[in-house]
Amino acid sequence: MRAEAPGARHEWLDAAAGPVVRPYTLTGGRVRPPVGGFDLVAFVRATTVADGAGLPGLQPEHRRLVELARRPAALADLAADLNLAVGVVRVLLGDLLARGLVAVHQPPTAAHLPDDNILKAVVNGLRAL
Amino acid sequence: MDSVRYDREAAPPPVPLALKILIAGGFGAGKTTLVSSLSEVRPLQTEEVLTGAGVGTDDVSGVEGKATTTVAMDFGRITINDDLQVYLFGTPGQDRFWFLWDELAFGALGAVVLADTRRLADCFPSIDYFEERGIPFVVGVNCFDGSRRFSLEAVRDALDLDPDVPLVLCDARDRQSGKLVLIELVEHVARQRGEPVPVG
Repeated sequence: MRAEAPGARHEWLDAAAGPVVRPYTLTGGRVRPPVGGFDLVAFVRATTVADGAGLPGLQPEHRRLVELARRPAALADLAADLNLAVGVVRVLLGDLLARGLVAVHQPPTAAHLPDDNILKAVVNGLRAL
Repeated sequence: MDSVRYDREAAPPPVPLALKILIAGGFGAGKTTLVSSLSEVRPLQTEEVLTGAGVGTDDVSGVEGKATTTVAMDFGRITINDDLQVYLFGTPGQDRFWFLWDELAFGALGAVVLADTRRLADCFPSIDYFEERGIPFVVGVNCFDGSRRFSLEAVRDALDLDPDVPLVLCDARDRQSGKLVLIELVEHVARQRGEPVPVG
């Protein structure tokens, strides 16, 4: 639930105005997550700890992240959905990870590139586009 | 290090495998257009925020008060199936954001370098970048309206491309054309590993 009083918006706050709050204000000035590094295509999933919990002490953005991560979601998608910078979302996810509210699945590294079957599936999938 | 885990916990949905493909090239070469025409979702944009403190330093904690700059990154998504997604990331054009490339390139399957024949030299840095790091790439010559047509061989010579690197003509606005470039890349990746991708 977001406590946003209706009618409180100012008419000069449109998309062209740019962010009203400087990006890292949301993170209390932190630019690095407390734990973990999150690749742009790392998938985040809410854990059972997050189920039904009141999630006290979390900001609205944290809560939205938990909601979005009910289904596995990539960091890049989360940042776009929340319209927040990737770096900011990393810090917020780090908070959630530290509290055990989300689990992170890092993508395979270059050393573990997908096998032939996967590449084949990609080519076939692209052909079908 | 084997920190990659795909948990098979009780409750689905499963975590898909995400493959990362970079779309590089000089400013105005059509990167944003290509990402947009291929992505199944609205053209997504996200921002990476650069902080003075965050550049070139790993051990940063606490509150930083450095100036920040935001860099817009285009990205798109193609769902191959429930378990497999391809993410396209347009690389930032400016030189001062090279370090962002390292993050983008980490674990990437490969890259498409878009070339504009009117400003061919603009894609040299991208080609150098991927060559130096051994990241497989293909070069797509984006055929703009009214742009001078060169033969592919002339472009290959001008770019001093390795004979193995595929060079294809494309129209970044056209999805069918763009997807052929991606297919070329994936087949190139497979060939580099000595695993030809069978047709069909």
